Amino acid sequence: MSRRKTERLLNLVVCLLATRRYLTAEQIRRAVPGYPDSDEAFKRMFERDKEELRELGVPLEVGSDQQGGGGEEIGYRIPPQAYELPDIHLSPDEAAVLGLAARVWQRASMAEAASGALLKLRAAGVETDVTTAVGIEPRVNTGDPAFPALWEAVRDARPVAFDYQGIGRTSVARRHLEPWGVVSRRGRWYVVGFDRDRDEQRVFRLSRITGDVVPDGPPGTVTVPEGVDVRRIAFDWGDPVSEPRPATVRLRAGAAQGPRRWARDVRAVGDGAWDEAVLTFRDVDRFAPYLARFADDVVVLDPPDLREAVIQQLKAVLAAGADQHAGRDTEREADTAADTVSETAADGTVSGR
Amino acid sequence: MSARTTPKAAAKPAVKPAASTSTDRLARLLALVPYVVNRDSVALGEAAAAFGVTEKQLIDDLNLLWCVELRAPDPYCPIDLSYEGGEITVAEAESIARPLRLKVDEASALLVALRMLAGIPDLHDRDALSRVIAKLESAAGAAAAVSSKVAVEVDAHTGSAGPGGDRTVLGALRDAIAAGRRVHLTYYVPARDENTERDVDPMRLLVVEGNTYLEGWCRRAEAVRLFKLDRIAGLSVLDVPAEVPDDAEPIDVDAGLFRPSPEDVRVTLELTPRGRWVADYYPCESVEELGEGRLRVVLRTPDTRWVRGLALRLGDQGRIVAPASLAAGVRDDAARALARYGMA
Repeated sequence: MSRRKTERLLNLVVCLLATRRYLTAEQIRRAVPGYPDSDEAFKRMFERDKEELRELGVPLEVGSDQQGGGGEEIGYRIPPQAYELPDIHLSPDEAAVLGLAARVWQRASMAEAASGALLKLRAAGVETDVTTAVGIEPRVNTGDPAFPALWEAVRDARPVAFDYQGIGRTSVARRHLEPWGVVSRRGRWYVVGFDRDRDEQRVFRLSRITGDVVPDGPPGTVTVPEGVDVRRIAFDWGDPVSEPRPATVRLRAGAAQGPRRWARDVRAVGDGAWDEAVLTFRDVDRFAPYLARFADDVVVLDPPDLREAVIQQLKAVLAAGADQHAGRDTEREADTAADTVSETAADGTVSGR
Repeated sequence: MSARTTPKAAAKPAVKPAASTSTDRLARLLALVPYVVNRDSVALGEAAAAFGVTEKQLIDDLNLLWCVELRAPDPYCPIDLSYEGGEITVAEAESIARPLRLKVDEASALLVALRMLAGIPDLHDRDALSRVIAKLESAAGAAAAVSSKVAVEVDAHTGSAGPGGDRTVLGALRDAIAAGRRVHLTYYVPARDENTERDVDPMRLLVVEGNTYLEGWCRRAEAVRLFKLDRIAGLSVLDVPAEVPDDAEPIDVDAGLFRPSPEDVRVTLELTPRGRWVADYYPCESVEELGEGRLRVVLRTPDTRWVRGLALRLGDQGRIVAPASLAAGVRDDAARALARYGMA
């Protein structure tokens, strides 16, 4: 980095903040030290400087002072009321939760933004070093490679394109999306938006995006429809929820602790080697694999469709190796099935130590 | 149920070390003046710490600010400051006496995080949270609008903390931490499908990857362990003070919860397109495309029992390729289970 450039940009900000009139490029060149003599070089450097200030979030206003007797030539200024952070005063308990919030983000993009915000709030007089008495430390990971590009696209209302490998799909497909929002649940990120290929709203999981997310249109061209709640779209899976049904099962005595945690009417049967219990379920396709996981510690007695589904599941395990199935459009079903019954990554592998 | 500890403290600085681009430095300079103005005078060391720079860098920043000079129409120096005796004071700050507005990214990073915190049940500071959200929204103005397009949901378990208690597990644990009390847990371990009983000296609560955990000194394991709140089947706060050993290191959650170990077993699975979710849900050592949407993944685990359960759940969505003994074990499980249905 160059100290001289920082100095020049600083002078430029101070100069444009101090002026009420629009200053022309030529006036700026005279007022701010550090610009080169050559017209061409000055023009290039000034353009770059303006761009840098905009990236920094400095509101650079372009206009002219015709009515004020100025010329028609275009000029620049920074209106202080657009530049300045309004007053903000936080009590110690408020500052403590703010400090906690600033530590939430684990990865570069959002973590840096949070630090930048904290810096400005400190500058405004907020004391953020208050030790938190909250007793809880939340962390959010935005490690998906697609996250930064999608966040920028959402922020800038810009359409994107990317390759997507859906669950149950045999190949990746190019998808074109007008992104409305990005949301996270259980540590996994999803992007919600209008799918230009399917002509309807869709949800994509970031971990299934392969390769780069690239802009697919100019900024400002995505409109989030009135009343859209990205959270609801992402987590409302849309398929009609079946009514809960009771299942009668046998659980091996002393085993199947998982199902026992929410079983009711548990009673010993026979010689005490087994218990009979009632479990509640909604979806056979999700529940049968969950029960199969307990192998011969769980036996389904009723209803017949669930019993049959578990038998088929176990037969499929025996027949393993043959890939008979490519899926229909089962992205969501597969997802939810996994959500409902999985030990998540951390648990599964971290467990048993 | 628990992760290995690392010999690294979990604390991380809220402000990252200053980056070295000139715009980053400019951002710092623009914040530095109002920072001092708002506090009348600040010690060099304190300001350096607040901005995450060395005192030497800070002095260079101050010199640079002091040198600001406008040459037209009349030459003048708009900023007057001093750091004599190690105390920074600003006598004249002109137009940069107030900090720059928050950018969209900055406002969003804080607002999204604050709203996530507001989604954690039983956080006592809910009131402070809504106040700070309102203040920040108002201070950020238009920059706050985009933050509603990003949301993080936390699956904070709020189950009851045992019979007769109207406290949630989270609330009871917070109280135990605040009071420095030992707790007794009945803890479900899915990998072994068993409930375990243990005394734990609580250290703190963590929310990582959308799940809530208790970090504590497990007296049974004699080590720091993480306990997932939704697996706590029973909780009682004991009338015994917690005794966390001085050398108990908090888990570095930023490094991820999964710590591979040399003793881990490698398990290779082949997945059909419908079984690809496994690669999303479990940390895989390697993921290899086999064509037509099929995957080969390698998992590492200290305990293969849960992988057997996974294979049974996968059904026709995938199979264990190696170790062969594990694959045979899964087939045995399935055959024994089928025998219970009268199908040998």
